[in-house]
Amino acid sequence: MTRRPPLALAVPAGLGVMFLALPLVGLVQRAPWAAVGHQLASHEVRQALRLSLVTSLAATALAVVLGVPLAWVLARVSFRGRALVRALALLPIVLPPVVGGVALLLAFGRRGLLGGWLAALGVRLPFTTAGAVVAETFVAMPFVVLATEAGLRSLDPRYEEAAATLGARPWSVFRRVTLPLLAPSLGAGAALCWARALGEFGATITFAGNLPGRTQTMPLAVYVALESQPDGAIALSLLLVAVSVVVLVLLRRRLFPA
Amino acid sequence: MSARRAIAAAVAALAALVPACGGSSAHTVTVFGAASLTGVLPELRQEFLRGRAGERITLDLAGTPQLVAQIEAGAPADVVATADEASLAELRARRLLDGPPVVFARNRLAIAVRPGNPRHIRDLADLAQSGLVVVFADARVPAGKYAAAALGRAHVSVHPASLEQDVKAVVAKVALGEADAGIVYVTDVRAASGKVGGVAIAASDNVVARYPIAAITARGRAFRDFILSPDGQRVLRRAGFSSP
Repeated sequence: MTRRPPLALAVPAGLGVMFLALPLVGLVQRAPWAAVGHQLASHEVRQALRLSLVTSLAATALAVVLGVPLAWVLARVSFRGRALVRALALLPIVLPPVVGGVALLLAFGRRGLLGGWLAALGVRLPFTTAGAVVAETFVAMPFVVLATEAGLRSLDPRYEEAAATLGARPWSVFRRVTLPLLAPSLGAGAALCWARALGEFGATITFAGNLPGRTQTMPLAVYVALESQPDGAIALSLLLVAVSVVVLVLLRRRLFPA
Repeated sequence: MSARRAIAAAVAALAALVPACGGSSAHTVTVFGAASLTGVLPELRQEFLRGRAGERITLDLAGTPQLVAQIEAGAPADVVATADEASLAELRARRLLDGPPVVFARNRLAIAVRPGNPRHIRDLADLAQSGLVVVFADARVPAGKYAAAALGRAHVSVHPASLEQDVKAVVAKVALGEADAGIVYVTDVRAASGKVGGVAIAASDNVVARYPIAAITARGRAFRDFILSPDGQRVLRRAGFSSP
């Protein structure tokens, strides 16, 4: 396929590429390369890095535990309001994260809908690491649901039917037939979910606040460092870009089938 | 078409677009204001625009260091008002201001608490109680620096639950009930009109915040002069600011 693109498409396409590439070029060109290692080794950065890894992995696990069954229900059970539930499951992708953070406060905050119950159980989410995990899960779970439901729909139903015919109970079928077949889609969804959780900013700072070591994840650290230690902010940003690139490279076959 | 030609065409198109977007219209003045001026700047704008048909003022309100960083990066501001003198001194040193900064208002700190003060907070020392959720502004914004200074003067050490990005976020966390207390400006308590209560901080511990203003372009001078005028000062006093 070597067609010459018409100028009316080639020009905006070229502009589009430049628009997306220039910020990255800016970041790389301004990077204090000699000091990147030193910056990333500082106590604050390592603290934010560790916290980000812990919270994003926990959020991904939570998103898989809740999101895969939800995707299964959406793909396999037909019920009234399914379209509505699906829209709800995808809403956080389009919702501004800060709005998500405010909504989380109104639901799980001290004065929120469940605030009293959570307090009775001795659970406090705002201003805690658990709160950061909740914020990241809220924003990133749709990627698990989306990828898993698409995977379920493209699965050949005859495998599940055969297992059921042979006497396997539905839970057995899910665990031993569906889940293994689903692994690639689930893996892609979980990877996207993890990348999104790692980059989460708005919902986290709104719902969980900003305290180094407890809720200050890498994106928050970038934001806070930008004015006082721009070199540290750029070094952290490079790290986040590198992680994103690695995720895309690992997923390229699934995201862009040739 | 080769990729090289496509890129060359894209660059040419981009170059043609740039002059069209630069600069705001002659009658719009962009004011960069510290977060703690969020309540009063719209009132000042309204008062200023009375009898100036056709003029417009755009407000950009954010934490002081963010305003400074944006101006240093070339943001199209015509006037800037911050919550500390150091920030404008820095912009002055970089020759980014049109004339010297002038202090136009003073402010003091107060403790913001839940309405009715259910935790019976009386002074800064009470913030150190265990089990109390206290939030401050981050020390990189003036409100956070002043709060740290006041706590230092009172010899109180508090473990905050969060370091918020600007003073309005501190007010919001107390107003939402997520935090029991926070250190904010006296004017923030007044602007929250009942959503938070205020507890005074002893004068010996309190800190005076001095707010400077400066024009960045010639277009910004009129608004700066208005804020320094008796009419502008009246609006500021009504909002709880003291005269310089």
